[in-house]
Amino acid sequence: MTTPLQIGFIPLIDAAALIVAVEKGFTQAEGLDVQLVREVSWSNVRDKLNIGLFDAAHILAPVPIASSLGLGHIKVPIVVPLTLNLNGNAITVSAALHAAIMAEIDGDPLDPMATARALSRVVATRRRSGGEPLTFGMTFPFSTHNYQLRFWMAAGGVDPDEDVRLVVLPPPFMVDSIASGQIDGFCVGAPWNSIAVDRGVGRILHFGSDIMQRAAEKVLAVRQQWAEKNSQKLAALVRAVFRAAEFAEEPDNRNEVARILAKPEYIGVDADVILRTLEGRLKIAVDGTIREGSRYMLFASENASAPDPLQAAWLYAQMVRWRQTVMSAEALKAAQDVFRPDLYEAAFGRVGKPQMASQAIGAFAGPAFEPENIEAYFAALPAGQGKP
Amino acid sequence: MAAESSPKIAIVDESPIRAAILEEGLREAGFTDVVRIDEMQSLLSRIYALDPDVIVIDLENPSRDILEQMFQVSRAVRRPVAMFVDQSDAASIQASVDAGVSAYIVDGLKKERLKPILDLCISRFNAFAKLQDELDRTKSALEDRKVIERAKGILMKLKGLTEDEAYVLLRSTAMREKKKIGEIAQSILTASELLK
Repeated sequence: MTTPLQIGFIPLIDAAALIVAVEKGFTQAEGLDVQLVREVSWSNVRDKLNIGLFDAAHILAPVPIASSLGLGHIKVPIVVPLTLNLNGNAITVSAALHAAIMAEIDGDPLDPMATARALSRVVATRRRSGGEPLTFGMTFPFSTHNYQLRFWMAAGGVDPDEDVRLVVLPPPFMVDSIASGQIDGFCVGAPWNSIAVDRGVGRILHFGSDIMQRAAEKVLAVRQQWAEKNSQKLAALVRAVFRAAEFAEEPDNRNEVARILAKPEYIGVDADVILRTLEGRLKIAVDGTIREGSRYMLFASENASAPDPLQAAWLYAQMVRWRQTVMSAEALKAAQDVFRPDLYEAAFGRVGKPQMASQAIGAFAGPAFEPENIEAYFAALPAGQGKP
Repeated sequence: MAAESSPKIAIVDESPIRAAILEEGLREAGFTDVVRIDEMQSLLSRIYALDPDVIVIDLENPSRDILEQMFQVSRAVRRPVAMFVDQSDAASIQASVDAGVSAYIVDGLKKERLKPILDLCISRFNAFAKLQDELDRTKSALEDRKVIERAKGILMKLKGLTEDEAYVLLRSTAMREKKKIGEIAQSILTASELLK
């Protein structure tokens, strides 16, 4: 008898492919015995993966890069054989901040450049009147939430380190914190934006896909050493999770998937709230205004599951931009090597080149991102806002 | 250890009993400057106000991610914080994660001085877990005994058995079905509820 694979996850909708893989028997069909372990913090998931208590984990896309480069913690080479989802975050603001932004806005409220510029004016007004700086919550220093929030603000002329306060908050605390006025907005994954809207304490200002059309959000991560020793198991796991991702994305299956994820041992919120995210039809305001986004969260379509080194390079560039590390060509290369399309392709018996070339990040502002021209990318950033 | 050289240690733990055990252990070992934080609202500002040299946090605490932010360079962070171990000390990480505790060291404190603090936290956390485990076992043994008493009563009444005979019947059934006697007793209780 083999011991079950221990896979850590955080209760979020983007763990869907992993949870469905187990619940719908995709892992079993691959001969895998998997035990999912719910965790309370990203630090725990990272540490338990790094020291070998977990065989694999549902984790924020930047974390395996940080671990592999030894940023913020011990250095452990981690690899990503599959992306669990692209996109899925949203920026939610309090009713007061929403009103302030709308009073200043010049342009389409769905255009992140228009809202970011309006935010910049709100920030300037507050400073002149001697008010406390605005405070925004995000989930982890090495998170897409942190980078998306910063990217958005900086594009409008707000310096995220000087003009506002950015604080880390565990996702389940976001809603209470915005309700109590401790924070004015946040960037977090599903279902927490919807829960803030339902409770009448927040309004969804932007989908993550407004900021970037294509952003790796959560990934399946394993230790490099584990991947080398367990190539068969890894391939089986990649296949099982990919099939579950396809299953979860199929419109006919959404009700069932929402019911599975709603179980108390997984996410433990109403299936109805989960369904909105799966459908990409979100209630963005307490008055019931609905906004649809076909790119809200992608599991398998558009080749979402294949790990793309371009995404890794982009995340590394954000770490440099916001001074979590210093730029080096070797580290850039090492970061790109964390995302392993070869392992993904091998799981399906394909060798050699990936099926599809890298697809653009599609950020709403700034120059197109090309890892080979990273210095030019940094040079083109607006002065004073996180120029490495 | 002289009081003035004792580093200031903040214990972040929502379990007051465990935090008390930890604090007591630290004080016994000569670390006199220990503060407990059990309120997670505005954790970061509490920590900045206290300005500790070492922060100890339990791993069941979602607020652990909040502490990770202190590694970052930003206006919100006054003193940079490092992880408690260096690259060479993987065994310490393993032991502390196993025990369910993590420690953060604030810039300026020598790593050698953290080691005894961490070791003490690990042993106290393990001791607490053992205590908890024993308590749970005692509780469930007590619970079992009550259930068995009631099941015996039902068997005596329904089958006209003596108390000893009822117990023997429970025990032999448990052995035959490879179950605990408490489980068999519980199923008798459940069945009798259903058949009422």
